[in-house]
Amino acid sequence: MLLEALRLALNTVFRNKLRSFLTVLGIVIGVASVIAMVTVGQGSTAQVQSDVASLGSNLLMLRPGEAGRGPGGSSADAPPLTLQDLTALTRDIPDIVQAAPVAAKLQSVVAGEMNHSVMVTGTDNAYFDIRGWTLAYGRPFSEGELRTGAPVCILGTTTSADLLGQGNPVGTTIRVGKISCDVIGLLAKREASTFGQDDNDTVVIPLRAMQRRILGKSDMQSISITFREGARAEDVTAQIQSLMRERRHITANMNDDFNVFDMKQISSMLTGITGVLTGLLSAVAAISLLVGGIGIMNIMLVSVTERTREIGIRMAVGATEMQVLMQFLVEAIVLSLIGGAIGILVGLGLGAVGSYALNIGFVPDYRLILASFAFSAVVGVVFGFFPARRAARLDPIEALRHQ
Amino acid sequence: MTAPMLELRHLSKIYGQDEARVFALDDVSLSVDKGEFVAVMGPSGSGKSTAMNILGCLDTPTSGQYLLYGTDVTGLDRDQRALLRRHFLGFIFQGFNLLPRTTALENVELPLIYQGVPASERRLRAAEALAKVGLEGRADHRPSELSGGQQQRVAIARAIVTRPGLILADEPTGNLDTARSREIMELLAQLNRDEGLTVLMVTHEADMAAYAHRIVTFLDGRIHSDQKNEAIHAA
Ligand SMILES: Nc1ncnc2c1ncn2[C@@H]1O[C@H](COP(=O)(O)OP(=O)(O)OP(=O)(O)O)[C@@H](O)[C@H]1O
Ligand SMILES: [Mg+2]
Repeated sequence: MLLEALRLALNTVFRNKLRSFLTVLGIVIGVASVIAMVTVGQGSTAQVQSDVASLGSNLLMLRPGEAGRGPGGSSADAPPLTLQDLTALTRDIPDIVQAAPVAAKLQSVVAGEMNHSVMVTGTDNAYFDIRGWTLAYGRPFSEGELRTGAPVCILGTTTSADLLGQGNPVGTTIRVGKISCDVIGLLAKREASTFGQDDNDTVVIPLRAMQRRILGKSDMQSISITFREGARAEDVTAQIQSLMRERRHITANMNDDFNVFDMKQISSMLTGITGVLTGLLSAVAAISLLVGGIGIMNIMLVSVTERTREIGIRMAVGATEMQVLMQFLVEAIVLSLIGGAIGILVGLGLGAVGSYALNIGFVPDYRLILASFAFSAVVGVVFGFFPARRAARLDPIEALRHQ
Repeated sequence: MTAPMLELRHLSKIYGQDEARVFALDDVSLSVDKGEFVAVMGPSGSGKSTAMNILGCLDTPTSGQYLLYGTDVTGLDRDQRALLRRHFLGFIFQGFNLLPRTTALENVELPLIYQGVPASERRLRAAEALAKVGLEGRADHRPSELSGGQQQRVAIARAIVTRPGLILADEPTGNLDTARSREIMELLAQLNRDEGLTVLMVTHEADMAAYAHRIVTFLDGRIHSDQKNEAIHAA
């Protein structure tokens, strides 16, 4: 009997293709938006997590200025960090393995005809370890180069390829901002991008060279710190804070004028933001599903009215209330499932396009797909029930007389 | 003595309330035996359709009893009456009442679907019923592709496909011309004669009533006369 109801429902639905399609459009839009948004949301969350993982574990960042909300807090009036701070950190806190200064600025780099805008980082050799870089060609900075701030640079593969083509760039000279730089090394290519930026598009020069030749002042924006495996980020942070308060002469009643940022926090922070966004958008999608359900109910009510005589005939030949109810309920469910299926396909399509556009991984979640399908069925049951019951409760005599 | 196929005992059907009360049926008693062919006549509004609806278990009386095969079916609920219709009754309507956009064969199959007959057997029996009404070649036609007389014959096939004991026909020839009406009457008479079907038929036309064995006339909700059809019995 259920099979008959299903066959009948499919016949009815496909007999009126355009109308059926318009009926399920609401469901299609609802399901498609849920799938697309959650897929992109999950993709970006996964992306954030892998980005943070690629930053390296046990990584802290010390910056001047009060703690802000993210890695770009305010550093306006706070006194800058110094190389003495750096030395003190590694010397006085045993949990700290390495610390590297970072002073970065966007510069245009030129080689021959090729021109390229790239973030140039002034630092020392510890930076490579901390950020997990290895050299494909050439050598790290020498003691002398670091001390004097010699105009030498190490390139990322993307920068190198853009400026000089594939291959070993060591020995060539490029212009970084206003200075002429000898290329002494090439970083090994890394299959990662941090928050949408290609890691391999980078130029690294000695800190001194950055300060003297590009920034024109002895500033550094931050100190990247790795700590010992097994130590807790909170403990190390506390030690850094007490050391820095002492060094910067901060008295007990004053706030820190520097901040320590645990890179892992980016993960939870961005995941949180993504979660809120996903939740909000899902609420919007739920509303469109509701509207879709009402659309189905509306058309089913029209259909019951149009088919009153048919219902009368079925009752006359012996259909019970339950059988008439099932017929219309199954039809509503078939409609909403078709809507759900189309919505899932459209949503996955949009999700794929969105993921591609945002340059994040496309991670379709089969649980979400199953849930959407189940939810469509529920919408069909909920919004199909009232029209179906109305059909089942019809008086056969009245129904047969209906024009 | 076996019980009559159907029996009405002091049956009344009242529509409306108080001042506006209408006795559509007023203390009707009637008994029909298996194998009879009864014509129901009477002026418009005399209660013929009301009686047919109650006999067909589509409606319930206000008071009185209705016995089908000797069993009181007056107090049955909607679903129980649906089951009675499904297994024991066949309907033929003035307006044919076929499902549009559905082939003749599928229309005839419909009652068997509700009986839960498997698809292959359904098709066989529906085709058989169509053959009985002379529409072998029209199985795949939709109602809109059939003439009125053919549509009514499909409806008859649908009514007999479940092999019910009783056929209820409310003005089956009301929408047909005389020649077509005669064909339908001959078909009903033949089914009555050859298959032993009990037939109750409402008609306004004496010519059509002439095919029946017995003519019951209603007037103002009461049975005015109940006679054997002399013409047939004389023959
Ligand atoms: N649903 C209803 N509500 C109120 N009154 C009704 C209803 N159905 C029938 N009646 C009344 O009951 C009476 C009998 O009606 P019925 O339909 O049985 O007549 P009929 O003999 O079939 O007439 P016709 O030959 O015109 O078909 C009429 O007076 C009619 O107005
Ligand atoms: Mg009538």
